Amino acid sequence: MAEKYDLQEREVWDGNFAASQALRQAQVDVVAAYPITPSTPIVENYGSYVANGYIDGEFVMVESEHAAMSGCVGASAAGGRVSTATSSQGFALMTEVLYQASGMRLPIVLNVVNRALASPLNVRGDHADMYLGRDSGWIQLDAFNAQEAYDLALCAFRIGEHHDVRLPVMVHQDGFITSHTAQNVYPLPDEVAYNFVGDFKPVDDMLDFSRPVTYGAQTEEDWHFEHKARQHKALMDSRPIIDGVFADFEKVSGRKYNRVESYDMEDAEVAIVALGTTVETARVAAKELRAEEGIKAGVVAIRCFRPFPFDMVRDSLENVKSVAVLDRSSPGGAMGAFFNEVSAALYTTPNRPLVTNFIYGLGGRDFSISEAKRIFKEQKAHADAGHITTDIQQFSGLRGPHLGFFQTKRG
Amino acid sequence: MAITSIKNLKEFSTNNDRFEGAHTLCPGCAHSMIVRELMNCTDDNLVISSNTGCLEVSTAVYPFTSWDTSWIHIGFENAATAVSGAEAMHKARKRKGTLKDNDAPVKFVAFGGDGSTYDIGFQWLSGAVERGHDFTYICLDNENYANTGGQRSSATPIGATTTTAQAGSHSYGKKEKKKDMVAIMAAHGAPYVAQLAPNKWKSMAKGFQKALETEGPCFINTVSPCCTEWKFDPKDTIGITDLATDSLMFPVYEIIDGHELNILYRPKNIISVEEYMGAQGRYKHLFKPEYRHVIDQVQKDVDAYWDYLQRREEARI
Repeated sequence: MAEKYDLQEREVWDGNFAASQALRQAQVDVVAAYPITPSTPIVENYGSYVANGYIDGEFVMVESEHAAMSGCVGASAAGGRVSTATSSQGFALMTEVLYQASGMRLPIVLNVVNRALASPLNVRGDHADMYLGRDSGWIQLDAFNAQEAYDLALCAFRIGEHHDVRLPVMVHQDGFITSHTAQNVYPLPDEVAYNFVGDFKPVDDMLDFSRPVTYGAQTEEDWHFEHKARQHKALMDSRPIIDGVFADFEKVSGRKYNRVESYDMEDAEVAIVALGTTVETARVAAKELRAEEGIKAGVVAIRCFRPFPFDMVRDSLENVKSVAVLDRSSPGGAMGAFFNEVSAALYTTPNRPLVTNFIYGLGGRDFSISEAKRIFKEQKAHADAGHITTDIQQFSGLRGPHLGFFQTKRG
Repeated sequence: MAITSIKNLKEFSTNNDRFEGAHTLCPGCAHSMIVRELMNCTDDNLVISSNTGCLEVSTAVYPFTSWDTSWIHIGFENAATAVSGAEAMHKARKRKGTLKDNDAPVKFVAFGGDGSTYDIGFQWLSGAVERGHDFTYICLDNENYANTGGQRSSATPIGATTTTAQAGSHSYGKKEKKKDMVAIMAAHGAPYVAQLAPNKWKSMAKGFQKALETEGPCFINTVSPCCTEWKFDPKDTIGITDLATDSLMFPVYEIIDGHELNILYRPKNIISVEEYMGAQGRYKHLFKPEYRHVIDQVQKDVDAYWDYLQRREEARI
């Protein structure tokens, strides 16, 4: 039996510590991991909980992130609760196995501390790794601060292990800004947290020999399509279950989560759509602009990046005149991926708000309140003019001359 | 019932079949003999993982499976890691008492071809062995990437022709020596390492049983003649294996705790490597006058290695 861990009602934790406490409270059976900045402390802490008897699990320190996810797949198929953490290059290295984990419907929880992808090598936060995972068949939840990194990690076990879901779940937090910044966090008492997550109930357990199972079979053109379609359906059908888990979490914590979070959007004329810590920056900017200049600014934040809440994004933005979608990942010769998804949702609305794309914050470049205000004001100018008055894609916070692409075609 | 004392092949062939015959391996492929022997040599529950390769693609094509036990395949390189994750979960769940049958003995086994063992999965195997998981890794060594049509691996011997190390007017085939995987795994400190052959099925069954009974990571390299890529008649698989072990191209031996070496088969009449090579199409070009020197070189290497094995056995180091 695990030793009692002394918890205060209010703790001062960074995002990494918060995530690792969720792993402890969920009594994760196996963590197979390989360290990488900035996510390393999550698995170090799990190792220390094992070493000091706070958790009765197996800490498997493997030789690479590819092996970390491979070990997690083997462990999860063996019928217990599994989690790990990674960032950036480690995430890229485990990408092959991410697809295999989701294809085998294994409810692994992966804490991703977002960091830029090399080259050039960079340890700071952007969303390149998060975007790399977007087609991998995982549910992706996004935390904007340390409290949320803790809360969503607990929710992730409930969501992924739900027998109508059975999918792996990533919980994202921004490298350093969330992962290494100590903040007030209100943890649940151990019993409350564990009861919320519940006992692990295995499905197709490799260690139940009364019913042998084959994992990782081959399917060609005769069945592969059906498997992938069912996997997509499972992701889509997880939406109400995620909502239900968030509702249950509110009952035990008082903290309410939504797949799309809206701030000051009731009467908003212009909006920023963002992920991660940028959401809080944009919220401050919106509030200040409302007070200072009377600009009706609001913020829409995506809590659940996958399955993408197409309808909720549409509904939250359809009455806005101009929207800025902020992509914190190098777009690689296209519009930002997030911009494309939000734009697609808005294309289905009668009024079709103007949508512009900002590439910002790559490799941990700071994103300031004043820059968020500037972006809001540009949206206001578009709204007043009735058309986009700038390049549709712009780089924000870049050294040197302005970088932007594409203009609206008007005739 | 597990075969604890194997008396004859009939008994062996009718026992305890957890590997179903309906697979799509080539006729004459030695893989299925080796896999059946492993699964027949124990009554314990088995969790088996397979790397991508001939065995995997021939035994688990949805909606069919040949595996009447727990089986998992992830990728080309990570069967050792998959089974080590399952082994770790077994430990955790046994302690917590959450297993369906908490007292049933379980053995963990990984299979890989020489492509996944010697090459692409080398790191994953090394890591799993270093971590000391209680599992047995069995390499089905057919000395080439047979599943993708016969490319060279680092287990391909000097002089064999493959599609990526071809014999031709300017080439005698593969130029590099075969990697000594058994020695490398012994150097990991694995408690039991062996090289076994399906023609010597009694010693193979004993070796498998020893590996399964030994706590910790065990590695076994098995010679698995490939009629398709070695180019011999499918009915001759065991005959070719006899030539392999009798020519000492594949000596049969074990290494306990990284140092205690025991030779498990001493041919009464050692045959030449020329005789072994002459029975296979992959070495055909070596019999041209300009490439004869390769056969001579291989004979020298084989003689030297046999000498080395005997010296080590004698010296007990």
